[in-house]
Amino acid sequence: MAQVTMRVWRGDANGGDFESYTVEQNEGEVVLDVIHRIQATEAPDLACRWNCKAGKCGSCAAEINGKPRLMCMTRLDQLPEGEVTVTPMKTFPIIRDLVTDVSFNFQMAAKVPALLPPAMPAEGYRMYQEDVERSQEFRKCIECFMCQDVCHVIRDHEENKTHYAGPRFFIRYAELEMHPLDTNDRRDLIREDMGLGYCNITKCCTEVCPEHIKITDNAIIPLKERVVDAHYDPVAWLGRKIRRRTKRSANDAAVQPAP
Amino acid sequence: MNYEHHDYDVLIIGAGGAGLRAAIEVQQRGLKVAVITKSLLGKAHTVMAEGGMAAAMGNVYSEDNWQVHFRDTMRGGKYLNNYRMAELHAKEAPERVLELEQWGALFDRTKDGKISQRDFGGHRYARLAHVGDRTGLELIRTLQQKVVSMGTDVFMEHKVLKLIHDHEGRVAGCVAYQRATGEFVTFAAKAVVLATGGAGRSWKFTSNSWEGTGDGHAMALWAGAQLIDMECIQFHPTGMVWPLSVRGLLVTEGVRGDGGVLRNSEGRRFMFDYVAEMFRDETADSEEEADKWYDDHSAGRRPPELLPRDEVARAINTEVKAGRGSPHGGVYLDIGSRRSAEFIRRRLPSMYHQFMELAGVDITKESMEIGPTCHYIMGGVKVDADTAATSVDGLFAAGEVAGGMHGANRLGGNSLSDLIVFGRRAGVGAADFVAAYAGVPQLDEAAVEAAIAESLVPFEREEGENPYDIQRDLQEMMQSNVGIIRTRSELDEAITHLEGFTERVKNIKVKGGRAYNPGWNLATDLPAMISVSKCVARGAILREESRGGHTREDFPQASPDFATFNFAHSTHGGSWDSEIVTERSALLEMPVELKALLEEGH
Repeated sequence: MAQVTMRVWRGDANGGDFESYTVEQNEGEVVLDVIHRIQATEAPDLACRWNCKAGKCGSCAAEINGKPRLMCMTRLDQLPEGEVTVTPMKTFPIIRDLVTDVSFNFQMAAKVPALLPPAMPAEGYRMYQEDVERSQEFRKCIECFMCQDVCHVIRDHEENKTHYAGPRFFIRYAELEMHPLDTNDRRDLIREDMGLGYCNITKCCTEVCPEHIKITDNAIIPLKERVVDAHYDPVAWLGRKIRRRTKRSANDAAVQPAP
Repeated sequence: MNYEHHDYDVLIIGAGGAGLRAAIEVQQRGLKVAVITKSLLGKAHTVMAEGGMAAAMGNVYSEDNWQVHFRDTMRGGKYLNNYRMAELHAKEAPERVLELEQWGALFDRTKDGKISQRDFGGHRYARLAHVGDRTGLELIRTLQQKVVSMGTDVFMEHKVLKLIHDHEGRVAGCVAYQRATGEFVTFAAKAVVLATGGAGRSWKFTSNSWEGTGDGHAMALWAGAQLIDMECIQFHPTGMVWPLSVRGLLVTEGVRGDGGVLRNSEGRRFMFDYVAEMFRDETADSEEEADKWYDDHSAGRRPPELLPRDEVARAINTEVKAGRGSPHGGVYLDIGSRRSAEFIRRRLPSMYHQFMELAGVDITKESMEIGPTCHYIMGGVKVDADTAATSVDGLFAAGEVAGGMHGANRLGGNSLSDLIVFGRRAGVGAADFVAAYAGVPQLDEAAVEAAIAESLVPFEREEGENPYDIQRDLQEMMQSNVGIIRTRSELDEAITHLEGFTERVKNIKVKGGRAYNPGWNLATDLPAMISVSKCVARGAILREESRGGHTREDFPQASPDFATFNFAHSTHGGSWDSEIVTERSALLEMPVELKALLEEGH
């Protein structure tokens, strides 16, 4: 029977260290399988989050050999030979072992102004597939928060968390901005309070996204252009002051590069 | 002792589709509401739902209406359903689905801009509103974002140990602990809604996450409510079988709805050999006829791969037993040879990735190896259809934890719509109950102290058993003794084993501290798992027939003697392992106009 040695970070907010566990490894297994095996045998108190074990819920994000990954979707046979190191996500405060306090994300979620649609016709809204697809891409997000974990604006600068929403919420804002039914205007909020300007487009978030959402290209860059456009274009500024902006469809709302 | 304490009008236990939909309703009524969840918000098992939510909107087939949906649901449930739930569900699902779009949901569209609908087993028309194969994610995210925008209080990663009554016998709240710290918390409320989902975690091969331990089922049982139809367990026909690491993981029925077919090791489309009498008139009898149906439902009858799930799961089981299975003990699900790669990747993106990444199988080229997996419990808390009220004053239940809606077998797609229809109704029922409530809910302090003390005992033992060992043995026992095909002698053994597990739970030793300790968490889940398993086994022994999600090798046919009642389980209170009493509970008498719908040929 093949075996694998796992170096797992154990500890809490007061500190901790790596512990090594050598356990059985079967064909096709993922990192979460062996974490579960450690729990079931040597360390029933080893803390980790997981739910679906199918890459759909985003609960089991951790840093595997230093890189943010979903433990349930990382096959051991695709990692380099030798020990496997598992650590909690670095950007968030430790609760215990592999479990971090991700409440920052829930605080940011609470600040998002909700969708503001027009009244629904009796037979429901009409929207076309090509108009919903842009926002649908962002709604694939499983909230694993690995994009937040890898974003150096908050990974290396705790102090930015008060005024920086992070990639997960930039795609949420982009989703709402491109939503065919939305009439809310969040551009000033995004620029002034959500810190979009701090992002310097290094695409780290896009690289780690398990849903392959093109966070930088399809959400952040268009959002930056839209926000900058609105801020510096006096005609657009005046227009916003005079009447509430309405979006007829995502196509109409498509962003053109600033002149 | 003093604990963190909260007072609410309505307490909702569970943050899946039903719990969140109930919370929205209660909050909109201006009441003080809290949602408690074992996980983080947005991670409930609802996210695992793939194919869609059933609602007779008639966007794809204008012939569709609530009457046909009602008929399909009752036939799928082998008439064991609470007809009133099936009726309300069929009538209200379209409105509930449309409402989601006001809150931001973006379903896939038809060419003329309406919500697109897809075919699923047992549904006469294409009826499932969907977003690719991630519809559950869309539902949970939409409801989650609505709840967050309303400012509803959500207590994440709190495990509820027990419901607590007041001195008058009304449910008055609960006692829980915070997983992060292990500290205890009490909640008092005028009404409590159980929306805790299912119980599939007690089987070895399951699509359920660690959360599906039947907490709500068990807490209702312990609180004096009745559980019905517990023997009716849905084994979804298509779970992954290989690698072992992912055995049980769900493969959406959408694969078959979109043209996928089942084949045995000889390459035969074997489902044609398993069409039961009651479905023969509406099922194709040749591959040629079946294949025409996908494009035009009037050009042929439906393919047998889209029979209700219980029929398909049994057929697969029989093929494997007859030696015509795949190398890892399943059969083949083939869509790669029948649809273009582009179509498959667009319609079934997460299935494509799931197989590519976890099994190294490209489903656009190769067949999937699949087999039945424990997926859903039709049984649950007996409720009043209109209000979701249980027999215990102040206690409501909605979603998978409630029984009756799906009878002996649930149709695919009827679960997500169940959540929003009855989640909302539970919210209305609880809010109305609160409006008529006099007094202030008072927790029975002695009961709180007792529940807390009991949960801490496993830390105090010098020696004892690892809870993971008990869970593993329970799962293996339930899989082999109370699985897809059952027989009296094995069920009797199960009862004996369950008594043994009950004793073993009383000897658990938990290692480590209380802060985020999964071993302790499991120790507090096991009593629920065992209580629920006992009800399942008892019901399975008593129902001496085969119907829907309950198949007896020794009674292979449905029997008219068992067609008119559910088995209802209850306890007289006391400790979690107190004696379970099982009695017959007559089905509601269906009005003649609804009965006529079932008899119409359609």
